[in-house]
Amino acid sequence: PKIARMVTGLINANPVVYERKERRLRSSPAVVDEDIKDPEHPYSLEELKVVTEDSIEVDDNQSYVRVTFTPTVEHCSMATVIGLCLRVKLMRSLPSRYKVDIRVAPGTHATEAAVNKQLNDKERVAAALENPRLLEMVDECLAATYV
Amino acid sequence: MELAEGKLELRERQRLEGHMDRVWSLAWNPVTGVGGVPAMLASCSGDKTVRIWQQGPSGSFDCTAVLEDTHTRTVRSCAWSPSGKLLATASFDATTAIWEQIGSDFECVAMLEGHENEVKSVSWNASGSLIATCGRDKSVWIWEMQSDNEFECVSVLQGHTQDVKMVQWHPFIDVLVSVSYDNSIKVWAEDGGDDWHCAQSLGEASSGHSSTVWALSFNEHGDRMVTCSDDLTLKIWDTSENPSQASGDGYGPWRHVCTLSGYHDRTIFSVNWSSEGLIASGAGDDAIRLFAENKDNPLREVDGPSYSMVLKKKAAHVMDVNSVQWNPKDPRVLASASDDGLVKIWELTGLSQ
Repeated sequence: PKIARMVTGLINANPVVYERKERRLRSSPAVVDEDIKDPEHPYSLEELKVVTEDSIEVDDNQSYVRVTFTPTVEHCSMATVIGLCLRVKLMRSLPSRYKVDIRVAPGTHATEAAVNKQLNDKERVAAALENPRLLEMVDECLAATYV
Repeated sequence: MELAEGKLELRERQRLEGHMDRVWSLAWNPVTGVGGVPAMLASCSGDKTVRIWQQGPSGSFDCTAVLEDTHTRTVRSCAWSPSGKLLATASFDATTAIWEQIGSDFECVAMLEGHENEVKSVSWNASGSLIATCGRDKSVWIWEMQSDNEFECVSVLQGHTQDVKMVQWHPFIDVLVSVSYDNSIKVWAEDGGDDWHCAQSLGEASSGHSSTVWALSFNEHGDRMVTCSDDLTLKIWDTSENPSQASGDGYGPWRHVCTLSGYHDRTIFSVNWSSEGLIASGAGDDAIRLFAENKDNPLREVDGPSYSMVLKKKAAHVMDVNSVQWNPKDPRVLASASDDGLVKIWELTGLSQ
């Protein structure tokens, strides 16, 4: 139920916005798109430093990707939605052989273990993505990444 | 059963294509595959359908029915009644459907409604008089079959603190086991009257799991149970005592026997015990593994039973393996289901008599 909560007020009203980084050329086919939009701000996850290139671990030979993201505030209730956006984006862009783990950076979220467990339970992710309101929210966050 | 060392092999006999999304679960019809009745397997999927596969004269399986337009979301689990006449299907749409085979068609004859949201598992008791369901709403429901495909909810069991992943009845007695996202295993029994209660809870303090428990399976005799988890272990439990007789003074009739760790690299979604004593596991690393008890272990009397891996089938599928099920009538035949949308039929060779 928590993952489906709609935005009723801004969780983080004044986020720090960072400059967009010059993209370096990627050597692997795995792309975590930093253009994913924050659920409550017009900024991308990169601009809010929720994800950086360093927070993405790719092992192409083992078909493995791990994304460690940093919520903008410790009590960010949007953390599961952000994590879900990252998972959906990777599910849609990567070949199906890839195993993906999405985690909150250690010490950056009050309910870190609970968020991690939920994001990596594929049954709960599958059920969440059958919720039209939630899917719409995810698609909105991902819209800019498909340009 | 002797294991002919190094000769054990799992051969892919057939891949069953048809589902348009991940296949979550499988069930062998228990009265088929014997006495000239062709073997029958049900599979259910994220594509909202159930497919019935039947073995033909050549030995290969064909899809003989597609059960659709009833569930409006993922069908997560399916189970045949012990008579093989009814199939129950549990769906994320909060309902459980009961299907009856009429000729070669399947007709939905009842809908079990009551869960608040996703139903994740369904199981029939040994006599076919009771059905258990469980789901995201943290509850376990017990339904009694009245005459004429009428089902009445006789108990709603609360106790799990998170969603319940699977329910499974003991093979002979009316004792129900549920496993959950709250990491615990709960044992439910009837207490004299018509009331059901939690006879035992196996958590981390009882040498239980440290993350989501996804599935369980009893052995043929019902005196052992295996559970599998997101904590990457399988656990074996001694279930030889009837928990209905538990006095309730804290004595736990079911005990931890051993933990199989270090074999799996990703979540174990499914586990199933064959009538020949082989445990199959299906995991998020696309592999199927087989385990057997070390019967000739000299320390067995001292340390208790131990189990080890006897086969690892890497890349059994190209994505996560969600379900592994031994054919109850032919324990050399295993079926598996995967996120890759396929059901596969495997034949185990190399076992000597």
